[in-house]
Amino acid sequence: MASKVIHAFYDDDDVLMLAVKKVKAAKLHIEEVYCPFPVHGLDKAMGLAPTRLAITAFLYGCVGLTVATLMMNYIMIEDWPQDIGGKPSFSYLENLPAFVPIMFELTVFFAAHLMVITFYLRSRLWPFKEAENPDVRTTDDHFLMEIEIHDNEQELRDLLMDTGAVEINISEKNSH
Amino acid sequence: MYTFSNRLKIASFVLMIVGALGILGGFVMAPGTIAEAKEMVASHDGGHGDAHEAEAEHATKENDHAAAEAHGEEHDSSHDQHLLDQLKNRPWAALYVAAFFFFMISLGVLAFYAIQRAAQAGWSPLLFRVMEGITSYLVPGGIIVFVILLLSVLHMNHLFIWMDETVVAHDELLQGKSGYLNPTFFLIRAAIFLAGWIGYREYSRKLSIAQDASDDDSNFKLNFRISAGFLVFYLISESIMSWDWIMSVEPHWFSTLFGWYIFASMFVSGITVIAMVTIYLKSKGHLPDVNDSHIHDLAKFMFGISIFWTYLWFSQFMLIWYSNIPEEVTYYVTRIADYRLPFFGMVAMNFLFPVLLLMNSDYKRINWFVILTGIVILAGHYMDIFNAIMPSTVGDNWYIGIPEIGSILFFAGLFIFWIFRAISTQPLQPKRNPFIEESRHFHY
Repeated sequence: MASKVIHAFYDDDDVLMLAVKKVKAAKLHIEEVYCPFPVHGLDKAMGLAPTRLAITAFLYGCVGLTVATLMMNYIMIEDWPQDIGGKPSFSYLENLPAFVPIMFELTVFFAAHLMVITFYLRSRLWPFKEAENPDVRTTDDHFLMEIEIHDNEQELRDLLMDTGAVEINISEKNSH
Repeated sequence: MYTFSNRLKIASFVLMIVGALGILGGFVMAPGTIAEAKEMVASHDGGHGDAHEAEAEHATKENDHAAAEAHGEEHDSSHDQHLLDQLKNRPWAALYVAAFFFFMISLGVLAFYAIQRAAQAGWSPLLFRVMEGITSYLVPGGIIVFVILLLSVLHMNHLFIWMDETVVAHDELLQGKSGYLNPTFFLIRAAIFLAGWIGYREYSRKLSIAQDASDDDSNFKLNFRISAGFLVFYLISESIMSWDWIMSVEPHWFSTLFGWYIFASMFVSGITVIAMVTIYLKSKGHLPDVNDSHIHDLAKFMFGISIFWTYLWFSQFMLIWYSNIPEEVTYYVTRIADYRLPFFGMVAMNFLFPVLLLMNSDYKRINWFVILTGIVILAGHYMDIFNAIMPSTVGDNWYIGIPEIGSILFFAGLFIFWIFRAISTQPLQPKRNPFIEESRHFHY
């Protein structure tokens, strides 16, 4: 479904932050803000729900810990029992100190890599993906606020000009 | 400006008086003769056979140490003498552990403070007066620790067996180390370190206060330079201090990362106390500009340094466990055999607790949560020092009883009294620190 959106450009992150706060105060829904660099506190000002990425990272960490434990148990204890450090106990628990570094590393490995992959997928980024940002200047020195128009174009225009926008465009947008 | 409330003052005095009675009690209860010592051990252990078996086992273990302990041919009588020494050591060791523990809190804060200064951190200047208050305890704490070390050198106790000439005479390893481990050099080093730490603390505090009244940033810049220089001195002196004051109670044993390990302990304890004092002052309506984000950052440090401590604890353990070299591994054998609960309990308190309680970002901002975790962390790091000192000084005759708790209470009282008195002498908020605005607006 195609919808009409208004694009307001800003050339300063502080101005952008104030603009976002004003737009939110006017009870308007901000579709998206495109920035050349992360702006601290923007997510809170936009009223975005807190990220759940940390929860996925914790779960991935648990997966990593499990994989490491099962893998080391199979390799070092069951399949080809190893005499570790001259202490031939052949028990996972008694050889635990030797396995802790691997368990730690794989926990970190799984948490970090799977979290990054989750982040990419959630942001709909993958190889050969066509860029979604509506204007190339948002990769250089401009910030762009996108608001959907519901028969209130002139009203929005006035409001956004008031907030210090340097340029305002109207365009068609295909929603995902 | 904070005024030291009477209630807190009275509470600290009560702690000191009760603690002093406990310490005295510990010394009075210590046995004077071998017969008394044997009686005490017999009455503590339920079955006599059991106790004897344990003693026999202990004796064989001690065989390795025979030279160190200057055991003669008559094994039984020397063993009894050893038992008496251990029981006599207990009130001294309890006193030393608590004295060092509270001293190390202020030393950890000193390192944290110097890092904030050297890094020109923007978030922390609001907390400088709190940190300076806590580091004021370096003076009494340092003097007390030094006096205990001096009394050890004067043979008032047997905490450091390498100070005993008869032991060294029978021990080639200690003879080899005597160029470094000898009472005179030991005291000289301690005096130099204490002078350096206290000197930096007093000078930096003076500059910090002078900055409030001055009309340029010269005091601030000078403070930055001396802090950067001090950190170099601190890292070297702290490392050597940990070998001297803690590792040398077990003079045959050594670990190359021991300095870092003790540093992690003092750093996390220090940061925890900064957070606790800040929250206390805030709850009394002081430090109005300190917000949740400052507490959040301190809690992040508590969380991170707890993990760092665990990393060092485990690294030290794993390498020694893996290589299984007899003179290294005895350290852990005695601890796991005789100190199982405090040894592993400490890991739960210092690692599992902070990790689980402070992992969630929101919990780092809940004040009572930070205080609760802080109490566990402090208790855990007391146990850390306890586990480092006790096995080598009292052996399996340990217990957390009147001497230990009395010492903790006494030094806790002194610590509270001293730091809040120091905090009350100056306005709580630095006025002319160039970063004070940044600190005031700090948000995460």
